[in-house]
Amino acid sequence: MKTHQFEVIVVGAGGAGLMAGLYASKTAKTAVISKLYPTRSHTGAAQGGIGAALGNEEEDRTEWHTYDTVKGSDYLGDQDAIEFMCEEAPGIVYELEHMGLPFSRTAEGRIAQRPFGGHTNNETGVPVRRACYAADRTGHMILQTLYQQCVKNNVTFFDEFQVLDMIVVNGKAAGVVTIELATGELHVFHAKAVIFATGGYGRVWEITTNAYANTGDGIAITLRHGIPAEDMEFFQFHPTGIYKMGILITEGVRGEGGVLINDKGERFMAKEEYAPHVKDLASRDVVSRAMYLEMKNGLGIGGKRYLYLDVRPETVNKYAALDGRTNPDGTPYTVTADDILSRLPDIIDFCKTYLGVDPVVDPMPVQPTAHYAMGGIPTNVKGEVVIDKKNTVMPGVYAAGETSCVSVHGSNRLGTNSLLDLVVFGKQAGVNAAEYARGTDFQPLPADPAGPAREQLARLRNSSGAERISTIGTEMKAVMFDHVGVFRTEAGMTEAVEKIRELKERFKHIRLDDRGTVFNMELLNAWELGNLLDIAEVTAVSALTRRESRGAHARDDYPERNDKKWMKHTLAWLQEDGVKLDYKPVTFTKYEPKVRVY
Amino acid sequence: MQVTLKIFRYDPEKDKKPHYDAFKMEAEPTDRVLDLLEKAKGYQDGTISFRRSCAHGVCGSDAMRINGMNRLACKTLVQDLGVNKITVEPILGLPILKDLIVDMEPFFDNYRAVTPYFINDEPAPAKERLQSPEDRERFDDTTKCILCGACTTSCPSFWANDQYLGPSAIVNAHRFIFDSRDKGAAERLAVLNDLFGVYRCHTIFNCTLACPREIQITQAIGEVKKAIATGKLD
Ligand SMILES: Cc1cc2nc3c(=O)[nH]c(=O)nc-3n(C[C@H](O)[C@H](O)[C@H](O)COP(=O)(O)OP(=O)(O)OC[C@H]3O[C@@H](n4cnc5c(N)ncnc54)[C@H](O)[C@@H]3O)c2cc1C
Ligand code: FES
Repeated sequence: MKTHQFEVIVVGAGGAGLMAGLYASKTAKTAVISKLYPTRSHTGAAQGGIGAALGNEEEDRTEWHTYDTVKGSDYLGDQDAIEFMCEEAPGIVYELEHMGLPFSRTAEGRIAQRPFGGHTNNETGVPVRRACYAADRTGHMILQTLYQQCVKNNVTFFDEFQVLDMIVVNGKAAGVVTIELATGELHVFHAKAVIFATGGYGRVWEITTNAYANTGDGIAITLRHGIPAEDMEFFQFHPTGIYKMGILITEGVRGEGGVLINDKGERFMAKEEYAPHVKDLASRDVVSRAMYLEMKNGLGIGGKRYLYLDVRPETVNKYAALDGRTNPDGTPYTVTADDILSRLPDIIDFCKTYLGVDPVVDPMPVQPTAHYAMGGIPTNVKGEVVIDKKNTVMPGVYAAGETSCVSVHGSNRLGTNSLLDLVVFGKQAGVNAAEYARGTDFQPLPADPAGPAREQLARLRNSSGAERISTIGTEMKAVMFDHVGVFRTEAGMTEAVEKIRELKERFKHIRLDDRGTVFNMELLNAWELGNLLDIAEVTAVSALTRRESRGAHARDDYPERNDKKWMKHTLAWLQEDGVKLDYKPVTFTKYEPKVRVY
Repeated sequence: MQVTLKIFRYDPEKDKKPHYDAFKMEAEPTDRVLDLLEKAKGYQDGTISFRRSCAHGVCGSDAMRINGMNRLACKTLVQDLGVNKITVEPILGLPILKDLIVDMEPFFDNYRAVTPYFINDEPAPAKERLQSPEDRERFDDTTKCILCGACTTSCPSFWANDQYLGPSAIVNAHRFIFDSRDKGAAERLAVLNDLFGVYRCHTIFNCTLACPREIQITQAIGEVKKAIATGKLD
């Protein structure tokens, strides 16, 4: 076992972790630890854009961005945090540009912007161009640019080191325990502050846009240390995943004028009961539910569980004319096949590769797909982890990015607000952790800091049952997709909770083939499955208990939002005998809850 | 359909030398080779080791030789191969650590050698630096690189000597050299004018064929060569 010492440890090297690492390393001895090589992080998969009211294409205002985000969150977002994020947005996008990020450009040479669901001109209610983009690979460019800056600034990395545990002494962070994938050796990192930036946990569900690595490790580790997870029932299902595979087709497709079509050839989002005003550009929860209902009513294509997303130029131009959509200069909005090709090159490539469909010629078969965790490790605006309903700070522990819950997304995130969240709060966590480290001493390490992690691995290695982890994983994903998905019922969620508990039992009787130490990926996949099972249980119990529909949490049996009883954040603790719940109030500034119509 | 997946195996803790294991399984023509690897690992032999994450060709984890060609396992469908015998092997020219996992450090050392980051020490404006859509387009192709290594490890010059920076590093240098906002071109061109720089490229085109992002790599290298020869960036 090796021991290292750093003032600040950042766990994760996606957008949030790299931003935190860049800032923390300016003033504190910092290391970034990542189980993936940094540029493999899932931030690189983000397509559509990063939200900021730059007003490069038309009038836009920070307050509109703020209000849209509050409304999009279905009034569960903390308004102080949302105000902070939206005000920081233009500055931080310029900062990325100054780091060399190759944004697409307007004719004037400014950062190009496109419309995205839920982002509007608050005076006219019409979609506004707010998503700053680099073709349809904005996340790739952010990840590459931030990593390049880390290389430039000599940030210290431990690549392909997986964090297994946090060390807590006297109620404060004292470091992390990791395994080096190449050797199987445990390394202890003694630290004053630990920042979790471990990303999402979409691998709980069968159909997902998320990478294999998105197993919620940070949340599972903090749960094991008695830190609650916040608002876990709110998991976003993106409307447009490639049928059966889940691969994301960005909302930018609808931003460019693409529309959703049912088996009768109808553009169903325009129906009165869905979103007659902004139609296909309603927020994601609204669109995913509409799709679910269409398919339930037998209007899926050929009666199957998918619909069409149509971005063929003739379709786009037809509906743009019907909607009276115009360019910034007032001329009617039209597109050619070349425009589609240049604005959505990767989407076209995905469709050709995986579906054999050219979106300029044929519509794309899509279905809702598990996408984004609104919930996570509770933090305040400074990135500090807060552990109870009074927002008590746990000294030295920080979180940022998708693994955290500030909460700026409430019960439903608007597209482009996650990339923004990563950089804004990644920076906050980095700056504040470094400052905290300056004013504090190292906690003494316990006698055997790696003990608990070593035991966890030994239990997995030595378990001598007959269960395969792949079977347990597949059953978990199926039950969660069926019953804790786009639409939920009491009976379905109860079944899911029971099933997850059964799977957790069976997980104690797995059998692994790989006995080695070098790149024992099977062992680590088993450890990750343990995390997913814990997270699935917390998610299902939090969902079952919330008897209302809000944002991404939609119940057949309680179809209305209930502000009187449920305008509050869920806090969930994982205990020996199950999940314990408590609630904390939402922070309001000036936005009164209203019924949400799009 | 029935397919046979033949996998290169090497476990440094057990094996003196590498061997192959074959796995028979049912597959859909639209399955990714990565899906087959997952199936073999999940249900037949948990010791099979490989890297993967995004599963749709954007993270660069799973470059490997598939039926002799460098490809991403997650971006290669069974039907693309046209046969039901599929052989997967590690990419060439880098030390093999276990099964399909190679040591990528020499590759990343070469990446870091070309100062792969934005250089411009002039004070930044309050808003964005301006760049015309044409200037932005000039280096668009080389911004697509996901550092998977498929190009560099398909290059005979790199196999001959891993000191050669290789196509991927040159692609990443190109991305900055031709960015109108960047001021570090001279520095990078000096690195690439070295003994192990662009002149090791003999325009064999393997790299361009191997690139899963369809970057016109040989062309990009040609543009860098021209910039070195003429001292001009156009
Ligand atoms: C397909 C797709 C498209 C998207 N498009 C958009 C968009 O257009 N706009 C937008 O705003 N948002 C978008 N999102 C959402 C957004 O991209 C993600 O929420 C965000 O990138 C997450 O970043 P992160 O830094 O929190 O985590 P990630 O980028 O996932 O990084 C997590 C990091 O943690 C590391 N890690 C995890 N566990 C461990 C461990 N145990 N030990 C060590 N390291 C660990 C990983 O190696 C990785 O480096 C999209 C998401 C997806 C999936
Ligand atoms: S798994 Fe990411 S590129 Fe293949």
